[in-house]
Amino acid sequence: MSTVTVSNKSKSNTIVKSKKKKFSREALWAYLFIAPTLLGLATFYMFPAVASFLLSFTRWDGMTAPTYVGLENVITLFQDSSFIRAIMNTLIFTAVSVPLSAGFATVIAIMLNQKIKGMVFYRTLYFLPVVTMPVAVGMVWKWLYNTDYGLINYVLGVFNLPQPSWLFDPNIALFSVILVYVWMTVGNNVILILAGLQGVSKTYYEAAQIDGATKVRQFFSITLPLITPTLFFVFITGMISSLQVFDLIFIMIGDSTALLEPLRTVVYAVYEYGFEYSQMGIASAQAFLLFIAILAITIVQFVLQKKWVHYDG
Amino acid sequence: MKTKLANHMLLIVGAVIMIVPFIWMILTSLKSFSETMQVPPTIFPEEFKFENYLNVFASVDFLKYYANTIFLTLGRTLVQLFLCSLAAFAFARMNFPGKNTIFILILSVLMVPMQVILIPNYGILTQLGWIDTFYALIVPGMFSAFGVFLLRQFFMGIPKELDEAATMDGCSFFGIYWRIILPNATPALIALGIFTILASWNDFLWPLIMTSSEDMRVLSVGIAAFQGQYSTDYPLLMAGAVMSTIPMLIMFIFLQKHLVTGIALQGVRR
Repeated sequence: MSTVTVSNKSKSNTIVKSKKKKFSREALWAYLFIAPTLLGLATFYMFPAVASFLLSFTRWDGMTAPTYVGLENVITLFQDSSFIRAIMNTLIFTAVSVPLSAGFATVIAIMLNQKIKGMVFYRTLYFLPVVTMPVAVGMVWKWLYNTDYGLINYVLGVFNLPQPSWLFDPNIALFSVILVYVWMTVGNNVILILAGLQGVSKTYYEAAQIDGATKVRQFFSITLPLITPTLFFVFITGMISSLQVFDLIFIMIGDSTALLEPLRTVVYAVYEYGFEYSQMGIASAQAFLLFIAILAITIVQFVLQKKWVHYDG
Repeated sequence: MKTKLANHMLLIVGAVIMIVPFIWMILTSLKSFSETMQVPPTIFPEEFKFENYLNVFASVDFLKYYANTIFLTLGRTLVQLFLCSLAAFAFARMNFPGKNTIFILILSVLMVPMQVILIPNYGILTQLGWIDTFYALIVPGMFSAFGVFLLRQFFMGIPKELDEAATMDGCSFFGIYWRIILPNATPALIALGIFTILASWNDFLWPLIMTSSEDMRVLSVGIAAFQGQYSTDYPLLMAGAVMSTIPMLIMFIFLQKHLVTGIALQGVRR
């Protein structure tokens, strides 16, 4: 009797033991699988993000030890008219380019969604700029925009239209770059919106047709509301990347100092202060202010989405 | 019928706007310098100057830029695919203390924009003695929070029965990852691979800051410096631009189905 109990007990003991052992072995393997990524992200992303915040309160040349200066950098920046201009340029860039790109993309995606012949062909062409190196895009458009020898002004001249000096007229230079950015990004948005459109059930349109709704009416009361979640995604991701525009601006400015004021964006200013003037404390403050602005604008978008995004489709 | 025709007309106008810059880039790359300085401009080259392409190689070490870019792209992409999928497997299939906390910590990296980490990284890489080396170009790009997230989402959709059967047969964790999960996740791996290849090949700000010698230049930095040197010699510049972009354009045309699926997934999933 007693021997039976003992053997039973020992048996259940070994089961518990092996289960416990197996669990800890699993955890060990899991940590091992995650460790490289976690270490890498901690070293090159998480720690730098915190360090950037702290460096914003220092004067630092990148070589010697940073010295604490409190809010001096932020105060300097808000008194610096060229930095204010950079913020304005960045905000205008985003406020104009994102809706334009999303708007064109919506129109193109709706046309492509009509079971049209050659859909893949069109989609390929619209997407080509997205995979093209932004530096090369900048170079090509700088050449297209050339006041005297550029293709665009030549074509405008043929039709007797005014020929602006696209990049060298300070009033329109930023808008010229915005057009290039829209050209670069529209294809990506077309694909996102097309995927959203293909998720809209046909039954809605069938019901609308029975009710005798016109095509225009169908677009505004069925299509548009149902793709608002996709449009929201397009707006959020589009804004986050356009607030950080750099490559295109760098190439368009090139070595002409006259273009600095009209085209300088915040990330360009970070580059200038950090790596041309070696004022890394100020550059960190600039970068961190932009980060806060991006977070704030994203949060506002998420709050505002209740007013226009429909998730019940 | 009428609307179909109108649709095609509009789409063709749009397509022309999309393609003309590429055609103009190629046509200019084949003209002589003096021909590009003519008013009005010629559309087709009077004489095809294929030697412009050779002149690019003669003016700068373009082959080196190519080799550097290929090395950077392959290094980042291959390691990232391996490390991200390994971590994603742990998050999708394994149980361990602190799982959610660590996952949220990794996701928080997605919010941090590039320019914020740039300056501290310059300091870190200086400390490591990695500035102006391949380590600076490749190592920080080997880790991706986005990649972990994307793959984890996909792995969760793979039926659990598959790995349960393998566990019965005594397969190790790594075995399940390698023999069950990876072969069943090729669409996601290809999508992440294409995203990483594109981002690495076209990357500009990071290599611009982290390297300085001509030996370490990648294509993007190379052609930007080229623009500084030969600012008005557009045939030469366009030849350089054509050669830097063609590999990605070809990759896109062959793999567009995968890329399109990958982009569409992001928008729908959220």
